[in-house]
Order: sequence, then structure tokens, then C-alpha cells
Amino acid sequence: MNKIILAKYGELALKGNNKRQFEDKLMSNIRGKLKDLGEYSLSRAQSTIYVEPKSDTFDIDEASERIRKVFGMSAVSVASKVDKLPETKDTLDEIGKIAVECVRKMMLRHKTFKVETRREDKHFPLKSPQISAEIGGYILENIPELTVDVHNPDITVNVEIRGSAYVYTERFAGAGGMPTGTNGKATLLLSGGIDSPVAGYMIAKRGVVVNAVHFYSYPYTSERAKDKVIALAKIMSEYCGRINLYVVPFTDIQLAINKHCPQELLTLIMRRIMMRIAEQIARNTYSHALITGESIGQVASQTMESLVVTDNAVSLPVFRPVIGMDKEEIVQVAKKIGTFETSILPYEDCCTVFVPKHPKTKPQLESLHKAEANLTDIEEMIAKAVEDAEIIKVGE
Amino acid sequence: MHIYLDNSATTIPFPAVCDEVYNVMSKTYGNPSSLHKMGVEAARLIEQSAERIANTLKCAPGEIYFTSGGTEANNLALFGACNANRGSHIITSAIEHPATLQAADNIQSEWYDIDLLEVDKDGIMDLAQLESLITDETVLVSIMHVNNEVGVIQNLEEIGRIIKSKNPKTVYHVDAIQSYCKIPIIPKNVHADMVSLSSHKIHGPKGVGALYVKQGTKIAPTIFGGGQQKNIRPGTENVPGIAGFGLAAHIAHANMAEVSATMAKLRDKLREGIVSTIPDVRINTPSENCAPHVLNVSFDRLKSEVLLHSLEMDGIFVSSGSACSSHKKGHRSYVLQSMSVPDNLIDGSIRFSLSEFITENEINYVLDKLREIVQNLREIV
Repeated sequence: MNKIILAKYGELALKGNNKRQFEDKLMSNIRGKLKDLGEYSLSRAQSTIYVEPKSDTFDIDEASERIRKVFGMSAVSVASKVDKLPETKDTLDEIGKIAVECVRKMMLRHKTFKVETRREDKHFPLKSPQISAEIGGYILENIPELTVDVHNPDITVNVEIRGSAYVYTERFAGAGGMPTGTNGKATLLLSGGIDSPVAGYMIAKRGVVVNAVHFYSYPYTSERAKDKVIALAKIMSEYCGRINLYVVPFTDIQLAINKHCPQELLTLIMRRIMMRIAEQIARNTYSHALITGESIGQVASQTMESLVVTDNAVSLPVFRPVIGMDKEEIVQVAKKIGTFETSILPYEDCCTVFVPKHPKTKPQLESLHKAEANLTDIEEMIAKAVEDAEIIKVGE
Repeated sequence: MHIYLDNSATTIPFPAVCDEVYNVMSKTYGNPSSLHKMGVEAARLIEQSAERIANTLKCAPGEIYFTSGGTEANNLALFGACNANRGSHIITSAIEHPATLQAADNIQSEWYDIDLLEVDKDGIMDLAQLESLITDETVLVSIMHVNNEVGVIQNLEEIGRIIKSKNPKTVYHVDAIQSYCKIPIIPKNVHADMVSLSSHKIHGPKGVGALYVKQGTKIAPTIFGGGQQKNIRPGTENVPGIAGFGLAAHIAHANMAEVSATMAKLRDKLREGIVSTIPDVRINTPSENCAPHVLNVSFDRLKSEVLLHSLEMDGIFVSSGSACSSHKKGHRSYVLQSMSVPDNLIDGSIRFSLSEFITENEINYVLDKLREIVQNLREIV
């Protein structure tokens, strides 16, 4: 059987004169995802991208799964392609035959079905409802156990009449959003917890290329914590494309803060310095903004007052896409994109040495400035941390 | 520097064992059940390993069943004894390895009562409690010879005598995974019916273990298949692994007395060095009745994982509590808890475990580094 992937894009189709640029980017992103799968051809028409295998070894199901994770896709189906024949009746017979085969593959528990037709090719002599009726009749004739239910069917047989005709029974939701690379670049502070990968995913979904920065405090956190962050970046890259992960050695700075600054401000000063390092890396890599996984009130360093003083450390805009989400809502997204199981591995917070017992929840900027003045060589330390960052290219 | 002090987690394989595994794997690849001569050659290697291990236990080769490791040996012992014998009561102890405790827990859910023996502050089991718990219903008592976290040795012979005089039908299982080839274990001398062993704790390959089952003891299989190993543990045998295990046991057992004496001397040196030069420490390994290779120490005010990684930076590899547990979040050693070690000291506990490859110079280096690191880390907190 002649299989083909129909990949539909949603929001993009609404774009105006620059729609073409978005479509080109989307196609090139798909090519990037499929390059190791063998020969295929890629074409587009009417808000649909067609992926047609050119060799028997092309794994069409794997391709379909990967395309579902490409930002910009709204729905993906693996369809059977039927070439139109000179006689409309023969074409319909052929579609019917394929439709029966598709339905038979799914039969076991299913009792009801409907046929849904979209006729993009207005020259085709039958209208959509007529085609649905014809194909429905064909299915009923060949599989008498089934009945039609147009409101709540177990199986929906989709027929699309375009240049050729396409038949499919399964339609998978795509990742949505905008094609990666159509909306600039941002740098994510990636901790290894549940929130930051979700934050990165949400911004990347809008077409933004994402860089990531991770702060590494060996021996206060373990080698496994680093592996975990790499694993998280890898899962994210299935959606976001390649991620450059900057692993910043942070132990010396943490020790200096611990030595020279008041206990209750440790976490906030640490956050502010992390932001400054991330900003430096962002500027070096031409990012337009920073991304964090902060959510109002989740921990002491994320109260409104704490967020204000953290924000104040940098001049680049800071995007916090999960700012208004509850933990449970963030967890839902983390589970959906597949980062949750990795995020909850315990290697991250094994060490609580640098967590103050009574952190400030309503910090004043002046007191932070005063405390930070004790870190006399912090500029050099930040520059050194940026310089010594290990760059790991993750994905693709 | 590269000083491996995590030998209770796993050991460096003997070079001769690596060669043996490689040679058997590449040359003697026949299936031991095959009728042709390649099968016979492989079967002979398994017999040879069973003989070598039987020699170390002073038992018959036919009493050795090879498994995929210590965990499977313990599971086979517990499920196998309970499924084949009458009774509804199991006794084990609070400081057993998870391979025993988890297995017991899963048997329990299938209508068994379970009692856990308590231990004193030195980790010694309460034998009066044992005696009072054994009834006609007691189908199994499972006891570890040497504890993996602190190295305490139980009095197996006395335990065996109590069990067999209260209920001769009770199956007595000994987990000798940490003690094997470190201190002698002769099943018939301690009245044990089953004994678990593991290869990679004695410089053999990973993925191999064995269960000694005394002739006449009833045991039911836990996996089912093509009848190998008298149908007690079917499945095509791991021939290279078993050959490596046999050779490792042969070598390690031959040098046991000498090696253990040296390890104990170095372990004592490490202990004394720590106690005399580092303040605020607690030695969790008892000074008597302990295996020669383990030293568990708590460093007050420190987090064991930070100390572990700091030692790692100087090329010293140790364990925090038990390696098998380090992937569980919020894990605080239940063994140390059972021995009434305060929580803050448990959080700063480190296990050093030696092997015959450790030298006196290395112990000196470890003491120097440890002193320096503990002092530095304590300044931070």
C-alpha cells in the first residue's frame, strides 16, 4: 500500500504575506528531523505538508512521531494514497477498498464508524457528503458487523480529495506553536527541576531557538546531576531542535557568597549572580531574552519581592512562562513533553549546604546591593565562570 | 591517584578472571545442554566452577545453584523455601539487604506473617527475641552473615542452634554475600540450609551469584523453563560468568586468611587515624565482631554526599551508606537507624570498604586528604 504522511499546520495558515517564510522554515525543520530516516520527498499544498517515502526502508511511523513534535504542526496522519482514475466510479471503488482495509486493521473493539470527507479538489464531480455516503456504503457492505454513528463514532474514516485521494483513520495532535527559528533566540536557566524544562518548552513552542545554562556546583552536586540536565536538554531538543547547553562551574562563587554574605540572603544573591552569568552568555550568543521557570510564590526566592530583586540584576527581558501556573499544572506539561520522570530523579538537591534556614521573603534591593559589595572580585569571578563554561551540543 | 575504597559495592576483577571470562566467552560458546562435544565442554566448566565453590564451603558441588547474582539468590531462597515448605511465618532482621527485605515484603503480602529481629547499638541481633519468635509455623529464618553497611558479623552458629532446636523443619537461610571469601562460612557447621553468594563482591564478574541448597532441603523454582540446574533455576547458564566466578572464588579463598589479616590491619589504621586526628566523628562499625574490610564513619555537621564527591576529586572512591540505595530520594540508612545512630550523624556517614589491592601508603594518603577536606568543609557550614 502507498503510504504517505499528511502533516497539517494550524496557526501559520493564518499568516499574511510572510506566510511563505514560515512554511519554508517549517519544511526545513522537518527535513532536519527526518534526515537519518532514508529517502523521501517533501511537498506542500493547502496548509498540508506531504511526506512521501521514496524507499522501502523509510520508517514512516517513526517519521510521523517525529513530525508530531515539530513546532508549527497541528495534526499528523499516516494516510494511504489513492491515485485518481479516469472513471470517478473506479476511483471511489479504490478508495472504498482502502477504507475497508484501514477499518479492518482497527476492528477488534470498535462497533461504529463514520466517514468524513474533505474535498479540496473542487473539480471532483461528487460533493463531500456524497463521497462520504458512497464510501460508508462500501464499508457497510464489506463489514456488516459495523454500524454508522455520525455523532460519536468509534472510528472516523477520513477521506481527502486533493491532487490524489488520501484515506486515514488516525489523526494525531501535533505540538502546535510556531516553527522553531521564526522568532529569535533566548537563553534558558535550566536547573534540573520540573519547572525550567517546561518554561523552555513553552517559549520554544512560539518559534524561539533556545540556549540553556546550567550551574554546576561539584562536589556539592554530583556528576549525575549534570548527566540529568543533559538528559533533560535532550528530551527538550526533540521539540526545540538543537540546544547549546552551557554548563557553568559555580562552586567558587557559591563558596564566596557563603563566606562573605549574610545567611538569609544567600539564595537571592546566588540567583542574581546566576542571572548575570546567564545574561552574559545570552549576549555572547546573540539571545534576545532570558527564560526562567519561576512561578510566583512557589519558594522563598520566588515571592513577588524576590522576583523583583532577581529581575533587577539584569537588563535583558526575562520571560517566565510558568509564572501563573500551579505546580500541578506545570507537572501536567512536564508529563506531556516527557521531562517529568527525569526531573524527579533525586541527584539535584542532595546537598542543602547552601540553603539558608530562614531565607528573606521580602528582600530590599539596597540590602542586597550592600551584601553584594562584600564580593569584591565578583566581576572577575563572573567573567571566569562564563569563560570556563563547558558547551555541550545536545540533540540533532 | 586512584584509590578504590568501595569494595562492598563491587570489586576490581582479578586479571586472571577477566582473561578466563574472555577466553570462555570467545572459545567455549557451546550451550551446556547441547549433546555434542561443545556442549559437554561448556557443561564441564560449570561443573568445575561448582566444585571450586563447593570446596570453599566444604559442601557437595550438587548443592550449588548458579543465579544472576546475589539479589536473585536471596529471592530464590525466600520464595523457594516458602513455596516448597509448610508454614506461614518468616523471621528476618531489620538490617538485611533490600534483596531480602523486599522479597520478604512481597511474600508477606501473600499471606505470610513476618517478624524483623532488632539489633543493638553494635548491630548484633537479639537472639532471645529470635528464640521467642520461632514457632511450629516458622517456615524460614533469613539472616545476613556480614552487614553491607557497617560490617557487623552475626553469630551464625548460635543462631542455627537456636533455630534447629526450636523447630528442626524451619529453613535457615544465610546471606553471605558480604562475608564470602572474607571470613570463613561453612554451612554445615552453622546448620544453614541455604547460603547466598555473589561473584562481583569477590573480584569476579557481575551478573553471577549462587545459592547453596543443602541436599534434601525442599525448594521450589521461581522461574520456569528448560530444566537446567535440576529445574530449580532453569535457563541457559551464563557460562563465561560462572567460569569467572569459580576462578575468583578459587583465588580469593586460597588467600583469604592472609588477605583478611592485612585488610583488618589497614582498616584499623584508618579507624585510628580518623579518630585521633579528626574531631566530632563517630565510628559506626563495632570494634568487635566486624568483617575485616568495612569501616563506617559519621562526620558530624557534614553531608555524606558532599564529602564523597570531595574525596572523589582527590581520586578516592567511597560510598555513602549503601550504593544500592543512593538512587532513592531522601534515603537515610535504615541500618544505622536500627543501630540508634542519631539522624544528623547518619547524614554524614561514609563507608570505606577495602580490598587486597589497598596499600598502607594509600591509607596514609586517604587520612591526609580526609583531614584536610573535613576541615575545609566544616569551615563552610
